Amino acid sequence: MTSKTTALPPGSFFDQQGKYKGILGWLTSTDHKRIGIMYLMCILVFFLVGVTLGGIMKLELLRPGAQYMDAQTYNGMFTVHGIIMIFMVVIPGLSAVFGNFFLPIMIGAKDVAFPRLNLFSWYLFLLGSTIAVLSQFGGNGPDTGWTFYAPYAINSKTNVSTAVLAAFVLGFSSILTGLNFIVTVHRMRAKGMTWFKMPLFPWSLYATAWIQVLATPIVGITLLMVIAERTLRIGFFDPSLGGDPILYQHLFWIYSHPAVYIMILPAMGAVTEIIPTFCQRKVFGYQAIVLSSLAIAGVGYLVWGHHMFTSGMSDFSRMAFSFLTFIVAIPSAIKVFNWIATMYKGSILIKTPFLYTISFIFQFMIGGLTGLTLGALATDIHVHDTYYVVAHFHYIVFGGMGFAFFAAIHYWFPKMFGRMYDEKLGTVAWAIVFSGFTLLYFPMFILGLRGMPRRYFDYLPEYSSGHFISSIGAFVLIIGIILMVYNLVKAARTGELAPANPWNGRTLEWKVASPPPLENFDHDVEVTEHPYDYE
Amino acid sequence: MQHGKTHITSYRTHGIILVLLLFLTTITITVTWLDVGRLSVGVAMFVACIKASLVLLYFMHLKFDELIFKIFAGMVILLLAIVFVITFFDYLFR
Repeated sequence: MTSKTTALPPGSFFDQQGKYKGILGWLTSTDHKRIGIMYLMCILVFFLVGVTLGGIMKLELLRPGAQYMDAQTYNGMFTVHGIIMIFMVVIPGLSAVFGNFFLPIMIGAKDVAFPRLNLFSWYLFLLGSTIAVLSQFGGNGPDTGWTFYAPYAINSKTNVSTAVLAAFVLGFSSILTGLNFIVTVHRMRAKGMTWFKMPLFPWSLYATAWIQVLATPIVGITLLMVIAERTLRIGFFDPSLGGDPILYQHLFWIYSHPAVYIMILPAMGAVTEIIPTFCQRKVFGYQAIVLSSLAIAGVGYLVWGHHMFTSGMSDFSRMAFSFLTFIVAIPSAIKVFNWIATMYKGSILIKTPFLYTISFIFQFMIGGLTGLTLGALATDIHVHDTYYVVAHFHYIVFGGMGFAFFAAIHYWFPKMFGRMYDEKLGTVAWAIVFSGFTLLYFPMFILGLRGMPRRYFDYLPEYSSGHFISSIGAFVLIIGIILMVYNLVKAARTGELAPANPWNGRTLEWKVASPPPLENFDHDVEVTEHPYDYE
Repeated sequence: MQHGKTHITSYRTHGIILVLLLFLTTITITVTWLDVGRLSVGVAMFVACIKASLVLLYFMHLKFDELIFKIFAGMVILLLAIVFVITFFDYLFR
């Protein structure tokens, strides 16, 4: 531990000298690694704000009755929590941070295909995020929930238009990142890296990028239609103006369900990198994983109607969407099977990234299987719009994407920052985060099954114990997150210097220095072997 | 990965396509004046599809591009068609 305060070795991308130095050097840099870290910093801040809002809501729900706020404030709070977490944290999360940092390195390229466009995407992300934050000030913050459902969103007197504009701008950022990644994967792969020699994280980013490019414009136009309806009173969605509210739900979910796959596919890609490394085993069923990623992207595009089973959609449509929803469970299950099979007979090294990874699988399975309850027409009638739904999507989005993000940040941290974090503290933080998560969200399944509706700031006495346990879980979770962030921030400043390949990984990022040099490789890369040749 | 292989479309071709697009626009407008009932939406959509195809093929050079780009564009159009069909599962059977 003598090297704790040792400076990073020279020549890394941190030493990059462009036209400007210091903070301006970062803000004008088109280096994919710097942009990835800038996304990380923004997303971390937004995540902590979202967590704080969630914590305040759980404080309110600790006991029945109004504690610290009125119903309108609570409505505003869950709306902002949703907008921040969905549009500013989980959608850009893995692909903008780790995709930007690692996609070019993992395919043997010097940068993404369009570096300036990449920086522009970050600025759009920042602009959209700023507008979202501003929507909370000057009048009342929006109270529609992150879904902006019509006709309420059309008639709400709160700052819905500003929040919708923010989501529109954030969508543009997402489209441009997706476009950049598609072209990068097609055009920038190193010599010898055929499609089926490409690591699985880039594969998942590629599948995600197609959804970003093809689905996001639909929500963009839809959100503009909401603004047009609010300001010009054109009757698209509001029945009193001759519109159709179900049309809004179709258009919104045509994007927003695939958005779940925008979140989860890179998460699956990250854990697919971690498992072979920490088991020192060739990944089981490489091609099945690739094809399942593409299948999830493809079929996942066509299941949006399962959000609308109780909205008044046609019976035939409900059956079709229910069927498609069940179909998408198959490629997801293929992935879980492949992860487990990869671990089988492996030399498993149980370190923090692996702990988050196996928690991811555990929670993703609970989230996935409870999704089938919601995808079945009969049971959905009972549990729709209850805490069961809240528990389900938090198990997928936080237990899945969030935990995969935590796994990825611990896995790639030594490569990104050139320093090691405290493993013991990392493990303790994982134990607290995992326990807090389970305490927070599992009781919500029971509350939902017993009829507790979502988005209510008060509840009947029979739901007290469930809410109490859930709130305690939230506070435990927050403690764990603070500990994890503290460990990583401390390590980034004073951690022990990391070797180039601390986990004995085989993909290209482990063959360059930690942190990587400016253009990643000091020679042209030629790939001759499979990315997971451990045996 | 064929770089440097470019196709320059003549001003004449661009001009012809522009005139065609304007002509098709007049058809769309004319149809709104004629009372053809439910067919008016169908005609407008059909004309819009032809116009979009002309823009894609000539102005966006898809006609002269490699096969892979044509396949990708075709897949996107197919996806759009599937989304339309699935959405109409609701509207036609409601």
